[in-house]
Amino acid sequence: MAFSEAHRNIFQTELNGLKEQGLFKEERIICAPQSSEIEVSFPFGAEEKRVINMCANNYLGLSSHPDVVEAARKGLDHRGYGMSSVRFICGTQDIHKQLEQKLTEFLGTEDTILFPSCMDANCGVFEAVLTDQDVMIADRLVHASIVDGMRLAKAQQDTYKHSDMEHLEKKLELHQDKRLKVIITDGNFSMDGDLAKLDKIVELAEKYNALVFMDDSHASGFIGKTGRGTHEHCNVIGKVDIITTTLGKALGGASGGCVSGRRELVEMCRQKARPYLFSNTIAPVVVEGALAVLDLISRSTERRDKLEKNTEFWRKGLTEGGLIIKEGETPIVPVMLFNAKLAQDFAKDLYEMGIYAIGFFFPVVPKGQARIRTQLSAAHDMHHLEKALDAFLKVGKKHNILHKTKQEIIDMYGQ
Amino acid sequence: MSDLKDVILEYVQEEYLEDDDDIEVTYDTPLISGGIVDSFSMVSLKRFLETRYNIQIPDSKATPQAFDTVNNIIKLMKEFGIE
Repeated sequence: MAFSEAHRNIFQTELNGLKEQGLFKEERIICAPQSSEIEVSFPFGAEEKRVINMCANNYLGLSSHPDVVEAARKGLDHRGYGMSSVRFICGTQDIHKQLEQKLTEFLGTEDTILFPSCMDANCGVFEAVLTDQDVMIADRLVHASIVDGMRLAKAQQDTYKHSDMEHLEKKLELHQDKRLKVIITDGNFSMDGDLAKLDKIVELAEKYNALVFMDDSHASGFIGKTGRGTHEHCNVIGKVDIITTTLGKALGGASGGCVSGRRELVEMCRQKARPYLFSNTIAPVVVEGALAVLDLISRSTERRDKLEKNTEFWRKGLTEGGLIIKEGETPIVPVMLFNAKLAQDFAKDLYEMGIYAIGFFFPVVPKGQARIRTQLSAAHDMHHLEKALDAFLKVGKKHNILHKTKQEIIDMYGQ
Repeated sequence: MSDLKDVILEYVQEEYLEDDDDIEVTYDTPLISGGIVDSFSMVSLKRFLETRYNIQIPDSKATPQAFDTVNNIIKLMKEFGIE
């Protein structure tokens, strides 16, 4: 047998190392459809527990919406389960083109191409569009999938300090000689829940003749007055050259992503983006579900409005209760604990009280910035949030961190 | 003219540290392996040195090890006659 005990030991040693460093990830088993309340078995095999979910990307609460489920079922009946093909051989159905068209209209762009995921979109787009004569200038907190996409491209890479427009301008000056300069940012930064200064970025792009790329995965569907995303919020619809986003969060939560933007750039992806060319088409059932989502949120802003109200309640409640949160206005609300062990203990105590939220610490976030990232949903009703808030404050009291400053918490628990 | 060591140290502090960072960077602080400078951001340091001292550092020499501390960068710069 080729995979010997010695081979096994190599990997087991590495896995043991992850456990010793506290970096070993374990899945919680959800025994219900995604929603504001779920049944969880953790560790695997343990008795199921009903908990309020405060950590899903189900911002609009559409993951299990009856209209979406019904549309997906229709897709299954009318267009089958799978296509057994990549897009350009025999994997493009009429509904794939309809979804691309609907996303173009929704995002206010010129054209759209679907990818199996936004991770794939980010991994494919830079290599497809840029050459070694170009430069990519990225915010230092962009998502890991963008970092991977940049690594695959031949263009030069540079970064600017998070949302620091002066620093970005310096970088644009530094790279004046390049054929193309692309400013790369997230719309809503997933770990901190703060929005990019997209209006300023667009201004700088115009001044220095640069292109703008934005991953709006944590914004599409709910940021902006009608939920178009960060570009709507910042009043720059039509001025962002490339938008990538996901269907795996607010827009139904199943899977799939896209590149949307200037016609020629989208066409370059159709011709050259490897995750598009060499990966299966999105399943019809997902496409029909996503079409239903876009239909729902284009007809009414009720769900994003409810999410906004939930977010206001949650941010205000945590702050007034004495916990430190990252300031902002989005439904990503990090509760800052600074110490990794405290974050883990806090999450464990919450779980005991029926609240499901996860602690994040280095290397997912910088050292000394451990936190519990909470995410609001339109599926949350007030009684969910009141119960969750009560639990957060009780656990905060238990650990004696209410109404304490960052320094006081660090003095008690270390960084 | 400023001492090369200090020019590099000052650039690293300005370019890579955030205002609320309380990290002290010395000549021997590991920059890349210590997580202060990521591999993308190393590009701007390389470009800064090339522009300021009018040299070309080939990619084969611009390794994460060569850029890992201010002292390592000094050694690299010596190869280009800059001291």
